[in-house]
Amino acid sequence: MTAAVFFGCTFIAFGPAIALFLFTIARDPLRVIFLIAGAFFWLVSLLLSSLVWFISVQISNKESAAQQKGLLIFGVVLSVLLQETFRFGYYKLLKKANEGLLTLSQEETMPISIRQLAYVSGLGFGFMSGAFSVVNILADSVGPGTIGIHGDSQHYFLSSAFMTLAIILLHMFWGVVFFDACEKQRWWAVAAVVISHLIVSCLTFQNPQYVTSLVPTYVILFLMGIWAFYSAGGSLRNLKLCLTCKDKDFLLANHRPR
Amino acid sequence: MNASDTDEDSYNERTALVPSENPEVQSYSPDADHTPPDSTPSKKPQVTRRAGPAAADGVGGGGGGSSDQEADAEDEELTLKYGAKHVIMLFIPVTLCMVVVVATIKSVSFYSEKTDQRLIYTPFSENTSSVGRRLLNSVLNTIIMISVIVVMTILLVVLYKYRCYRFIQGWLILSSLMLLFWFSFMYLGEVFKTYNLAVDYPTVGVIIWNFGAVGMICIHWKGPLQLQQAYLILISALMALVFIKYLPEWSAWVILGAISVYDLVAVLSPKGPLRMLVETAQERNEPIFPALIYSSAMMWTVGMASPMDAQRSGQETDEEADQRSQGAEPEIRPSRSFPEDDLEEDRGVKLGLGDFIFYSVLVGKAAATGGDWNTTLACFVAILIGLCLTLLLLAIFKRALPALPISIAFGLVFYFSTDFLVQPFMDNLAAHQFYI
Repeated sequence: MTAAVFFGCTFIAFGPAIALFLFTIARDPLRVIFLIAGAFFWLVSLLLSSLVWFISVQISNKESAAQQKGLLIFGVVLSVLLQETFRFGYYKLLKKANEGLLTLSQEETMPISIRQLAYVSGLGFGFMSGAFSVVNILADSVGPGTIGIHGDSQHYFLSSAFMTLAIILLHMFWGVVFFDACEKQRWWAVAAVVISHLIVSCLTFQNPQYVTSLVPTYVILFLMGIWAFYSAGGSLRNLKLCLTCKDKDFLLANHRPR
Repeated sequence: MNASDTDEDSYNERTALVPSENPEVQSYSPDADHTPPDSTPSKKPQVTRRAGPAAADGVGGGGGGSSDQEADAEDEELTLKYGAKHVIMLFIPVTLCMVVVVATIKSVSFYSEKTDQRLIYTPFSENTSSVGRRLLNSVLNTIIMISVIVVMTILLVVLYKYRCYRFIQGWLILSSLMLLFWFSFMYLGEVFKTYNLAVDYPTVGVIIWNFGAVGMICIHWKGPLQLQQAYLILISALMALVFIKYLPEWSAWVILGAISVYDLVAVLSPKGPLRMLVETAQERNEPIFPALIYSSAMMWTVGMASPMDAQRSGQETDEEADQRSQGAEPEIRPSRSFPEDDLEEDRGVKLGLGDFIFYSVLVGKAAATGGDWNTTLACFVAILIGLCLTLLLLAIFKRALPALPISIAFGLVFYFSTDFLVQPFMDNLAAHQFYI
């Protein structure tokens, strides 16, 4: 426990996300604002789903553990659906705002493109989701204690950290795919995002059998990543150019005067 | 650097951030304790743009240089970008203040200990047996506190109207003296106690003396902008910690709500004290002594003399002022009296210290009660979004606006709902390790 576990798990869970934030978002104020707004939307969706869950718990039989677990599962599914609904709502809001700004400014280009917004809002959702899942656990890991002293799994902290990492990145990929699908009116893709979110959440019902929950989650993460890459306009050619530092657009973009 | 007389020449070459025509970039929501920035109408828009590099401008020359349509288009885009930039310029100090407060609350237990000691402004105890009695006491405490604040604000307005500047200045200096020396001494003492460090008095004396003296100079006179901003953040945090410690539980929440309502009334209603203050200052068209405002920008002027004094620094906080929370002297931009030639300025954005204090009180209280990080995070995000919305409204209405109501409303809603609804849900999920 203590410092080693705390720092290790924190960096596992938030490392990539913070790196993404620092390198791609922190410089641009508009993106930061939309990130925080995305986090806010996720928060509101969580609030609503907690409200429903809370009410259902109050009117249920508090003694029966099976019923409570059932209600919790119901809460999880509801929460996932609400999150995706709010993602859609955020998309609509952003479209409207962008259109408004466009007509107002009579410019050809918007200050921030819908793809950037997709990325940023997905990451915002991811940050909030990851933070809410894991911050309390991390806070507990600083103090003294023994994990799994009553026979539970020893890998609680580590698996939580890895799961959080997967969730944050997944939210980002889902955001990109979702917005792109909404733009192109491909509703099957939207449904696929929702279903994959449901699958990932339902896989966690199998914890503490971490193998069966973490491995498929990472497989889905990888697949969603590829899908998001392609829907964001990436291709093998782009990738090659980028990796061999021959991508002129990218190089030029990074050297423009500030 | 805050503008000082010797450095004016070097500012000639600087490519300043283009001052936007739209005041949302500059004026800002006043609020408890701070001065409402002058509202737009009185400001002459300075749209001087350097033909040089920087910022995406293609609009050369003064305001009427290019065709109106292009100017508008550029303006809108730039407004959005600069608006966003200034939102971030406020997000960062607000976040820093909250981080300091939350870090202190979580590590130094002194500030979250229950104590029977109370401020004289909240005389009614909350240690009563019945819920009704407790509620009544907290409402009474709130009434007393708010009336103290109202009285002090009106006193300030009256003093200002009758030009008793020295008195006000003296008052502010006395208060910041107390804050910088006494409260920081107490804070240091508590930190040492928490970490069990034995430090001798001469060392502490030297530290506090240096800290306080530099603070007084930075805040009331001249100093590097960032140092001044740092001091303002620190004293806001100190003040917030004092409030968190000494305000009884329920009174704190009711006071937060009541102060937002008061802020709304004081700034927006025609007879509100803060509004009168702003209008008086604008009528006189004079720079006032620096007030309790955090300013994110600097004024660069070419060949200007004394009007600068009023503009820079002057962010001091004041205990009574904080408690009256509506102090706010408006900062008049001396720029109005400037000649028309090239004036590069980044007006930046201003936020009153009272805002900082009450935001931090809300987040600190969330961190202190319950020890749960989710609530703290939720309040933090809610406050930032409220701030964002307030700035958006500022851009739309272009006049002095209160910064407390929206943020505090969101903060309170999210605090109570996260504490009562979300927390049990997330706890249950974490226990089973379900992820949503």
